[in-house]
Amino acid sequence: MTESVLSIKNLTKRFGRQTAVDGVSFHIEPGERAALIGHNGAGKTTLIKSILGFLTPEEGSISVLGNAPGSNAARRSVAYLPEAVAFQKALTGVEILTFFSRLKGEDPKTVPGLLEKVGLSEAGRRRVGTYSKGMRQRLGLAQALIGEPSLVLLDEPTSGLDPVSRQDFYMLVEEVAARGAAVLLSSHALSEVEAKTDRVLIMAHGKLVADDTLASLRRAARLPIRLRVQGADVAADEIAARLGGMRVNCRSVEIFCDADEKLAHLAAISALGSLVEDVEVTLPSLDDVYRHFTGVDAKKGS
Amino acid sequence: MFTRILAVASLEMRIGLRNRWLLLATLILAAFSLALALLGSAPAGTLGVDRMTITVASLASLSVYLVPLLSLLLAFDAISGEIDRGTALLIFSSPISRVEFLLGKAIGHFAVILIALLLGYGLTAGVLVAFGGGSLAGLVDFARLIATSAMLGLAFLAIGYIASSATRAPGTAAALAIGIWLFAVVLYDLALLGALVADNGGTFSRSVFPLALLANPADAFRLFNLAALGASDLVGGMAGVSDALPYPPSAALAAIAGVTLAAFAAAAALLKRIEP
Ligand SMILES: Nc1ncnc2c1ncn2[C@@H]1O[C@H](COP(=O)(O)OP(=O)(O)OP(=O)(O)O)[C@@H](O)[C@H]1O
Ligand SMILES: [Mg+2]
Repeated sequence: MTESVLSIKNLTKRFGRQTAVDGVSFHIEPGERAALIGHNGAGKTTLIKSILGFLTPEEGSISVLGNAPGSNAARRSVAYLPEAVAFQKALTGVEILTFFSRLKGEDPKTVPGLLEKVGLSEAGRRRVGTYSKGMRQRLGLAQALIGEPSLVLLDEPTSGLDPVSRQDFYMLVEEVAARGAAVLLSSHALSEVEAKTDRVLIMAHGKLVADDTLASLRRAARLPIRLRVQGADVAADEIAARLGGMRVNCRSVEIFCDADEKLAHLAAISALGSLVEDVEVTLPSLDDVYRHFTGVDAKKGS
Repeated sequence: MFTRILAVASLEMRIGLRNRWLLLATLILAAFSLALALLGSAPAGTLGVDRMTITVASLASLSVYLVPLLSLLLAFDAISGEIDRGTALLIFSSPISRVEFLLGKAIGHFAVILIALLLGYGLTAGVLVAFGGGSLAGLVDFARLIATSAMLGLAFLAIGYIASSATRAPGTAAALAIGIWLFAVVLYDLALLGALVADNGGTFSRSVFPLALLANPADAFRLFNLAALGASDLVGGMAGVSDALPYPPSAALAAIAGVTLAAFAAAAALLKRIEP
């Protein structure tokens, strides 16, 4: 068995009476891309800061390649991008990356290559004060790619990036993971990390409520599929009576069913013949899956 | 370790150059010292003392006010600013230790102050030499002034780092730095003078007062420079007491060094406890 890059056991961190991280346990293996998803205040940043050794947890343990968080050995193998960082405006991108290369004991010769990777080769000689929000974010990413870290922690790395930059970013993540590094990145939306990460960790109110691949989470959530049947005429009542669905207006009926009942329902609908004009099938969205796990259900109203 | 300390120090110097901090400090020091040298030299020249020595005596009083102010203004942002910008998270997640970081900041800031002193006061010395007011002894006095001003600067840098790591917000740290400056260069002396007058030659004057002068780097600096110039009779005021003190003037230098080390230790201890 390979040694986990990051292993967290029963981690609990409180601020006064508030529990920001509540009994969280998970492992991340080399080459794995894990997404940490959660609402505002779920405890993502607190968890990441604990992994860096900035916060001392009340309970539980963290090990980074077998080392204590914040120890010299751990810091040498971890790269980090904070969620809000404002570099000195008077300095240029090249100067900032050179500085962090030297702090990490890496050769500053790699700086131009890093800038090119994040698409800042031309802006590199300009002051950071002149950068756009996305450019500053990409400079931060370049900083996290210095050297060959074994664990890369990215706190909301794609905030402020346009869709194309976002895609470029996930390609960089893939590259880093292909080299054998473990990547843990936080985000608010499950839909954003679809097909971009190997694993999804969902946090809600400090607790880890899900930890699996997206496909398994979808299956586990067992969310109903929605079939919306539109009648050819003002016949919603009749359709509803024959199919057992719910009438939403004078022409349409909605039916909720599990994935394995879908075909049976569709067969029943087509048996109605000319009574039906159209059928719309909606799979549960990732937002629905996310809501299912975090318990922020519209029904519960919380 | 040295590459990391140097990385912080050189970045700090670069920032000092880039945001024209160094230029401003140099201009202030040059302008004030030139004004003192040119305006103040005429009457004293008749006393038979070297003109440069007189100038150095008045520059020493200038340093007491300006150098701590420049140092504190450089230092207040050192830690609170990095926390505020979020760069502290990045720096402290890299392999640099907090003490290395503090040393790097101090070396960078010290270099900025030293360069400003060399250029600012050096310009004044150059002007005096060019107009025939210089002598070898006078140049030695200038060199001593610059060296001890730099020491004074380092002491207040260290004190400024305490302010910067004690408060997470740059605004609060700046206010605290100005408060420290007011206290150290104005209120402290006023309080001592008041106590001296009230005590009228009692135990305070004999045992507490001499130590109180050593405890404040600004007073220790003034004490040493005026004693070294033999100019206490020229300047008068608090400097006049140096003859009656129970220790040699060099003790003042040792005291500045001691306060500097203690302040660094305190700042490092505070910095180690910070959650960035
Ligand atoms: N230093 C602190 N002192 C007190 N409470 C804190 C501190 N840091 C975080 N918290 C609290 O802990 C909880 C979790 O915060 P955290 O920053 O980890 O959330 P997050 O998941 O990163 O949220 P976001 O998506 O908004 O960044 C919040 O309720 C926050 O108020
Ligand atoms: Mg956060």
